[in-house]
Amino acid sequence: MSAELFSVFYQFADVFAFLILSAAGLAIVFGMMGVINMAHGEFIMCGAYVTVGLVNLGVPLPIAQILAALTAGIIGMIVEFLIVRRFYKRPLDSLLATWGLSLIVTQSMLLIVGSAVRGIGTPEGSFAIGGYTFSTYRLVLFFCAVAVLAGLYIIFMKTRFGVIARATMQNAAMAKALGARTGRIYSISFGIGTALAGLCGALYAPTMTLIPTMGATFVVESFVTVVIGGANVLLGTAPAAVFLAMIRMALNASYGQIIGQIGMLFAVILIIRVLPEGLSSVLVRRGR
Amino acid sequence: MLKLLDGPQTLGRGRIFWSGFLAVLAGALIYPLFADSYDVGNFAYFLIWIFMALGLCLMWGYGGMLSFGQTFFFGIAGYGYGVLAINMGGGTATIAALVLSVVIAMIAAGILGYFMIWGGISGIFFGIVTLSATLVLAFFLGQTAGPEWHIGPARLNGFNGMKGMDPLTVGDFDIEGSALYYVMIALIVVVYIALRMLMNSSVGNVIVATRENPQRAEMLGYDVRKYQLLTFVIGSGLAGLSGALYTSWGQFITPSSIGLPAAAMPIVWVAFSGRNDLTATLVGSFLLLFGFQTITVYSQQAALVLMGALLLATVMLAPQGFVLGIGKLVVGWWGRRRRRDEAAALADTARLQSDET
Repeated sequence: MSAELFSVFYQFADVFAFLILSAAGLAIVFGMMGVINMAHGEFIMCGAYVTVGLVNLGVPLPIAQILAALTAGIIGMIVEFLIVRRFYKRPLDSLLATWGLSLIVTQSMLLIVGSAVRGIGTPEGSFAIGGYTFSTYRLVLFFCAVAVLAGLYIIFMKTRFGVIARATMQNAAMAKALGARTGRIYSISFGIGTALAGLCGALYAPTMTLIPTMGATFVVESFVTVVIGGANVLLGTAPAAVFLAMIRMALNASYGQIIGQIGMLFAVILIIRVLPEGLSSVLVRRGR
Repeated sequence: MLKLLDGPQTLGRGRIFWSGFLAVLAGALIYPLFADSYDVGNFAYFLIWIFMALGLCLMWGYGGMLSFGQTFFFGIAGYGYGVLAINMGGGTATIAALVLSVVIAMIAAGILGYFMIWGGISGIFFGIVTLSATLVLAFFLGQTAGPEWHIGPARLNGFNGMKGMDPLTVGDFDIEGSALYYVMIALIVVVYIALRMLMNSSVGNVIVATRENPQRAEMLGYDVRKYQLLTFVIGSGLAGLSGALYTSWGQFITPSSIGLPAAAMPIVWVAFSGRNDLTATLVGSFLLLFGFQTITVYSQQAALVLMGALLLATVMLAPQGFVLGIGKLVVGWWGRRRRRDEAAALADTARLQSDET
């Protein structure tokens, strides 16, 4: 019996980790600047490619993953400096600009790298409970997702940077008047966001085939999680991921992946009809 | 009725503009007499996509709703046409299949639009939800390879796409080659004129008012949501028309014409052309499609990189669109020169007037 229960938890953890890891970076950027980074999937791809490249050079996997996340973060800050910075007043235009960037990056990668790269296998190791065998790496992913949430909580709630960042989120002009360097805050937040995207790619790199268009596999999940989460990113993303993971898990188990994805989309469309402001609006109202 | 052709919501008015319009139309009509049939077929192919661009221009430029879901409705109607044409048999029934598939796309737009618009979704989220729906449809159709995925005798065939439907046919006459070309030209003229009249009518003015300030429009007594839904259904229906025509043109459709990067293309055309004007969208989309097709022959990736770069450049250098900007420059220069040469009163006839935005 406990084996069945664990199996359900394991499937839930798998989807939950996927949603959190793919959405966290997007949510930070969206929460800070009100911008949806359409090139999010390309930063995920970047993390995955750097990881695989480094591992093929002989770097141990965990170190390669950390380096990949850092690379994505640095590239993100460069992109922020060159492109996104100009559009803080025009969020819709930044959406288009990052989409243009995404097209350029994906197609250039197809031109330069080609469609297939030698992958790295999923780290071995499994454990058995009852009659079932589970892959250890999937659980590692779940703990990474929890660690990302905890890390974000600490950064945004417990540090000086976090206080200033939240002030900037709430009222950028006022924060600036009080002496916060909002430009730098934006730049760092964008960097954190893309680094998290890179981390997502790095963590999932061993489990999937690397193709330049792999970003598209992640974008739907990350978009809908952020949409459901609503404007308050810190409060909204985790419950949104829990909620969507439940729906997805139930549908995946009985009908397969694609119905799971379609069902998730229907749930999202229904939820925005009922809760246009997303889940975080309910939580914020309760909290008051 | 004809008074509605010119108005504050559309650029280009007066004798000079309409003479130019007629000259281009005449050129388009006699073109097949001088070109070989392969080129005419290619031209018809560019024209297919124009409806989708005009629909997006209506929703985004006039209605202020940035839909990333044009290829969603393109795909629904494209697959719809295929399924219906195969199931109902060829012949004149294909015309019914075309009409029905567009209607199906419009119904889908009505349902999706109801949930989004009555849910108060706008701005960025509108784009995200429509894009998510588009990508999920593409994934879904991509995995329908097995024989269990069929509607009647029509197999969906996964990534390889559906094929084997008849082209548009009246009686025994297949509408292909230059006949299809003339049908496209006629449809484009009808759609273009109809959209111009719609935008300059009172309904169109309310749609623009909704874009400018939804609250104010609501205070003036209009149910903003109904006008937004109407705009969304018309715009998406035009994407559906493109989809059905596309399937009929090539007698196949694959999921790749729905997913990324196809979903980004209408955005690039309309943003580059100038989303605030139907004429600019018409001209710009055609130019881009022509250029894209020319480069695709050598490398599809390079063509898509160029499209991405154009989108980025448009947003950074000319947020209102290049074609619209260049058009205004040319007409402004022309207007100034005429004023210098002739009486100032005459100049108004040629000058383009932009709306306030």
